[in-house]
Amino acid sequence: MHAIELDRVTRVYQKYSARHRFQTFKSALVKGDLFRSLRPDELVVALDKVSLHVEKGMTFGVIGENGSGKSTLLKIISGIAKPTSGRLKVNGKISALIELGAGFHPEISGRENVFINGIMLGLSKKEISQKFDEIVRFAELEQFIDAPVKTYSSGMYMRLGFSIAINVNPEVLLIDEVLAVGDAAFVPKCLDRIDDFRRRKKTILFVSHDLTTVTKICDRVAWMKGGKIQMLGEPKRVVDAYLQDVVIKQEEDFQERKDQIPAPAVESSPPPGPEPAVEDEKREQRWGKREIEIRKVTLRTARGEEKHVFHPEEGMVIEMDVAALDPLKDFVFGIGIFNSQGISCYGTNTDLEDLEPVSISGEGKVTCRIERLGLINGTYYLDLAVHKRDGYPYDYHRNLYSFLVSSTLRDVGVVRLSHSWTFTPQIKFKRPGKLDKG
Amino acid sequence: MVRLINNLKELYRFRVLIQNLISRELKARYRGTVLGFLWSFFNPLLLMSVYTIVFGFILKPKDPAFDGSPWFYALFLFCGILPWVWFSSSSIESANTLMINGNLIKKILFPAEILPIVTLTSNFIHFSFGLPILLLFLFVFGKTLTLYALLLPVVILVQYVFSLGFGFLISALTVHFRDIKDILGNLLTFWFFTTPIVYSLNSPPIEEHPAIKAILILNPMTHIMEGYHDCLFYGRALHWSSLGLVFLVSLLLFYIGYAVFDRLRDSFPEEV
Repeated sequence: MHAIELDRVTRVYQKYSARHRFQTFKSALVKGDLFRSLRPDELVVALDKVSLHVEKGMTFGVIGENGSGKSTLLKIISGIAKPTSGRLKVNGKISALIELGAGFHPEISGRENVFINGIMLGLSKKEISQKFDEIVRFAELEQFIDAPVKTYSSGMYMRLGFSIAINVNPEVLLIDEVLAVGDAAFVPKCLDRIDDFRRRKKTILFVSHDLTTVTKICDRVAWMKGGKIQMLGEPKRVVDAYLQDVVIKQEEDFQERKDQIPAPAVESSPPPGPEPAVEDEKREQRWGKREIEIRKVTLRTARGEEKHVFHPEEGMVIEMDVAALDPLKDFVFGIGIFNSQGISCYGTNTDLEDLEPVSISGEGKVTCRIERLGLINGTYYLDLAVHKRDGYPYDYHRNLYSFLVSSTLRDVGVVRLSHSWTFTPQIKFKRPGKLDKG
Repeated sequence: MVRLINNLKELYRFRVLIQNLISRELKARYRGTVLGFLWSFFNPLLLMSVYTIVFGFILKPKDPAFDGSPWFYALFLFCGILPWVWFSSSSIESANTLMINGNLIKKILFPAEILPIVTLTSNFIHFSFGLPILLLFLFVFGKTLTLYALLLPVVILVQYVFSLGFGFLISALTVHFRDIKDILGNLLTFWFFTTPIVYSLNSPPIEEHPAIKAILILNPMTHIMEGYHDCLFYGRALHWSSLGLVFLVSLLLFYIGYAVFDRLRDSFPEEV
């Protein structure tokens, strides 16, 4: 038995051009295109022939980037938006937690709003009277229920909205990212309630960006991309595939950004004047007379592919193409890694590691291999330099290069130290990623 | 047509919600005011006082319908202004109602036609608060009520249908053309003066100018106003033929207004 059935559901949104935004009734009348201007001139396909069957009693997660069609899907299922084509069937009473407290009137009391909101969500007056105390208790608003809603804090507002919606007691519950706003005490309470729903074999459709919660509570997950279901299946697998895709996208973004960063100058002759001009006021800077020049910098994985997004446990290879105008005997190569707060996470150079320079001439390659990156998630900036042992800079690149560390790991700090946990048999943990079937 | 009837049946299911929204509207409107719902009565009263002083005492009514009495003129004004305020404020509020309640349309499964209905009906309730006071005034100033006053609900029904059709049309179009609000304000001023409210339809200057008279006759609100005047002020039978015709026009407007509303309905969640 399916609780929700979608059969090749397509939803096309009408997008009106900028011209239309400034369209006025007068001008439409004057131009005589009153009816034409009511027609859209661009169409956006938010859902593209989506077929989906959600079994009764299942907790079904939907993940995906912003704009991938998740919310449209929810709106279609809830009936707020109509499919442009395709068939939709929902078996059982449905309640949508799409926006909590939508339709609260600020001037009237919480009590009156509970009734009106409850009726809007499909409860009868009698049902609300019966559940009223429970709704108020769950929302923890006993003292404030008779105050006008405009005096509520946003948390109180949300709690009341959630409490009403959850008490509608539907067969099918749609949840759209609403838990994101709750405070630390209320969210677990909400999750408890959702768990309770699962135990009573109700169907839940859960849209969220919180992948941990999705993996924890869902039986199946669909990943939406560009209005289509990209992948559907067991939560852990789908979430991993989605994350993989996110990393690829981050990589592309980085590639794009890198192209915009002033690349090290390619011309080999050092610029005239005593000190080359600082490139701009940004913290990315380059200085030095370039007797030895860093011409190109490449970041690679341990396996040698060029990359800008790394996993903390991955290795990284920094490759510098260098060139010396004249043969020199005094030089030091150095690297520095800074996080986005400007904290130096690691720095070293050939001099600190007691490498005695002998000679450099012509073009060459300097490679620094980091076996295990060991940084926590975030954006990092690289300082690369070649200078004399007394500090006189040949070519100093400050923060010109950046990379991203991205993973599902959630540890904190500056670096990720190698570690492992062990426990004696008295202390037991559930293995992560396992479904808690309630 | 079948769709219209089905949709109206569907609305019946939402009657409790409509009821609650109306009472919310009424409660919220005057919450925090000292006089509360008395404002429903004071607003037209103040308007009437101004017109009485200007037209009754300064300009002096020459129309034989008022026997030269500024008090009769005031009563005449009151009979017209009360329903006019109902019409004009519900029209203006209808223009805004979909936008103000955009949250409901976007986030909750909710038949949007409830909103213009709630607007019109809550304004009707304000109007009906004013009615007993109007009747009291008629009594105090010596206009005896006749049995024809019992026909009042007929006139109210015609106005309700007419206003609802107008409200559907205005509310749906305003979503796409925001300046209808502004046009409407001006239109209503013009409309007010082309409706016999501050003067009577049969006053001599109008009878002398057939062109002006023709404009007034073509205005559906004229006949609705005449209905109020007939059954309250003059205490005589309604002009059934013209009022009946206006009722047909109202039904037509209702049909057109609803059709436009229904046609544009799917664009509301994106456009409000």
